[in-house]
Amino acid sequence: MVALTVREALRDAMAEEMRADPDVFLMGEEVAEYQGAYKVSQGLLQEFGAKRVIDTPITEMGFAGVGTGAAMMGLKPIVEFMTFNFAMQAIDHILNSAAKTLYMSGGEIKCPIVFRGPNGAAARVAAQHSQCYASWYGHVPGLKVIAPWSAADAKGLLKSAIRDPNPVVFLENELLYGQSSDVPDGPDFTVPIGKANIVRQGRDVTITAFSIMVSKAMQAAEKLAAMGIDAEIVDLRTIRPLDGETVLASVKKTNRLVTCEEGWPFAGIGAELSALVMERAFDHLDAPVMRVAGKDVPLPYAANLEKMALPQVDDIIAAAKAVCYKT
Amino acid sequence: MAVRVLMPALSPTMTEGNIAKWHKKEGDKIKSGDVLAEIETDKATMEVEAVDEGVLGRIVVPDGTQGVKVNTVIAVILEDGENASVLAKMDLGGAALAPAAPAAPMAPANVAAPQAPAPQMSAPAPAAPQGRVFASPLARRMAEQSGVDLNALRGTGPHGRVVKADIEMALSSGAPARAAAAAPMAAPSYMAAPLPPGQPGAAYEDVPASNMRRVVAQRLQESKQQVPHFYLTIDCEIDALLKLRADLNARSDAYKLSVNDFVVRASALALRKLPKVNASWLGTAIRYYKTVDISVAVAVEDGLITPIIRNADQKGLVALSEEMKGLAARAREKPMKLQPHEYQGGTFSISNLGMYGIKQFEAIINPPQACILAVGAGEQRATVKDGALAIATVMSCTLSVDHRVVDGAAGAEFLKVFKGLIDDPLTMLL
Repeated sequence: MVALTVREALRDAMAEEMRADPDVFLMGEEVAEYQGAYKVSQGLLQEFGAKRVIDTPITEMGFAGVGTGAAMMGLKPIVEFMTFNFAMQAIDHILNSAAKTLYMSGGEIKCPIVFRGPNGAAARVAAQHSQCYASWYGHVPGLKVIAPWSAADAKGLLKSAIRDPNPVVFLENELLYGQSSDVPDGPDFTVPIGKANIVRQGRDVTITAFSIMVSKAMQAAEKLAAMGIDAEIVDLRTIRPLDGETVLASVKKTNRLVTCEEGWPFAGIGAELSALVMERAFDHLDAPVMRVAGKDVPLPYAANLEKMALPQVDDIIAAAKAVCYKT
Repeated sequence: MAVRVLMPALSPTMTEGNIAKWHKKEGDKIKSGDVLAEIETDKATMEVEAVDEGVLGRIVVPDGTQGVKVNTVIAVILEDGENASVLAKMDLGGAALAPAAPAAPMAPANVAAPQAPAPQMSAPAPAAPQGRVFASPLARRMAEQSGVDLNALRGTGPHGRVVKADIEMALSSGAPARAAAAAPMAAPSYMAAPLPPGQPGAAYEDVPASNMRRVVAQRLQESKQQVPHFYLTIDCEIDALLKLRADLNARSDAYKLSVNDFVVRASALALRKLPKVNASWLGTAIRYYKTVDISVAVAVEDGLITPIIRNADQKGLVALSEEMKGLAARAREKPMKLQPHEYQGGTFSISNLGMYGIKQFEAIINPPQACILAVGAGEQRATVKDGALAIATVMSCTLSVDHRVVDGAAGAEFLKVFKGLIDDPLTMLL
């Protein structure tokens, strides 16, 4: 084990895969000379050279299309978006070109590409630059969608994403880049796509979360424990394919579910999970599923309003108490 | 907007209460802090204060209503400038009342009223119409598998929903099984059975039991049925203690120590020395308390209550004496002035009937505590010392013990240490 920041873990994942497979390359705005807008690609230009670490113009539509074409022709591109907010420009390539080509070519054309970059709210970057795309991309058949929390998962899942023969949307979080945690050593470590992780065992209520909401759920669980509520926390890690079995097994144990996400509640990941649990664990529910999500508004710029619009630890506590019928 | 006044939860365990008395009438002006009503809870009568200002628009639940569930709307306060017409539009959730309550005049629920949606789960809502029991899917499945009759349960979830905890409670207390299909709706189990008729010609009066009396009855019945009691009696000689008490009381008018103060102190010190007795049975574990919190039974007009002297092992005789006097005085006030935390909890109980001349008795354990000490009167008795008759003032004390937690030897050891402290009270200084 070695303590790494999420930023270093992502860099190591890319470096290891680039060493192991000459078809892997990185492209995006500022990834080479500037070492990454958030310094995630530090040292990669120096190690792999300008042919495999490529600075692009400011045109997401352009370089996402170039990357998708390269993947169709057999390379394994990693396309970094400075943030996923800017990938709105490129969403046609991500969905229509990358996600659907295997199906539309009758299985002839694969598209092994990773689209990665920070997702969701950072701090005071206002409505246009603070969106969570988990539900947007999670909606699309043909894509895999990953949103890790810990450094180990960031590394292990990015390596799996690069090796995966399908297009993968890899949602990072700017506020987590500097967080460090233990990561298993060595280039063979990977984390399988599609497996959730129970990061805290409990018996009274299941709380699902992904990315930065896992941190908030863990804080909530500590406070809930002091109130006599023993929460089990499931870090979803992969949004699509969603690990329903782990969530269902946990809900069958606790009989209650609270879902957490930064994105909007309507048709969000929580809505999907409540449908899943209602369809497949109805007789195990002792309370309605409750969703903790961002407020149904464009994210405000003002710091105080931003805090109110984003789901906080206290919101998770309130929801957990409500489903446990505790006041 | 008009403000609903909800039945408050005045203690952590309160699920329902009685409206003892309204202090305000409909039409009265209300200021924040005004006493609106007195609520009779499990153990005490407490005052409910207004939070909002305005005019008391409607009393939804009248004086004397029994068994009003927590969060039921009990009144509506109108804000300045609002008139009573808004009441007609409000859904006052009156059907959530226990069936025994007198029907209050009530506007029909108006589904189309433009009320803001209330996402809070605790918001009042119309209860289920007769015949439809709301239960969580899990509770429904558990009831079906265990044969518990959902109709006979009272749900503690929002809107009276029967939840897992209610089924578990019903199973642990011997639930009414589902009756034959043709049976009419069973009466909710919490409603008392019709009172049996008296002997023909006999004169009698049926006095409704107060909440306190019902709680006392229920808890003590459960204790005597479920806790395997055994009893250990020891005779303490208190001549030295009486002399010490007289000496100490003669020194100052600032305090007046009672024999009971010495009993509390000796018990506390003995508990500190023998923590095995300061414990509770949890079903799969024994909880040993790290503090010595002594519940002392105090008789009040319509029952008894056990105020708690916390950390009694760390307090001197004068501090114990004053705290006990204060607690007992507030316990006897009407309405009772003790706060729930002053009588809920405790790790050991003492009941003293010595002042009535009772020689010796066995008390019922106060669950979840493991022991209660019953203290009799100090009286002169003939005792045999070194083969000769002698006179000593003897006080018999009986420890009732939960055998699941404390075995005979441990209980006896406690009494031995206790007797040592009482017989030779100067050792309480050590």
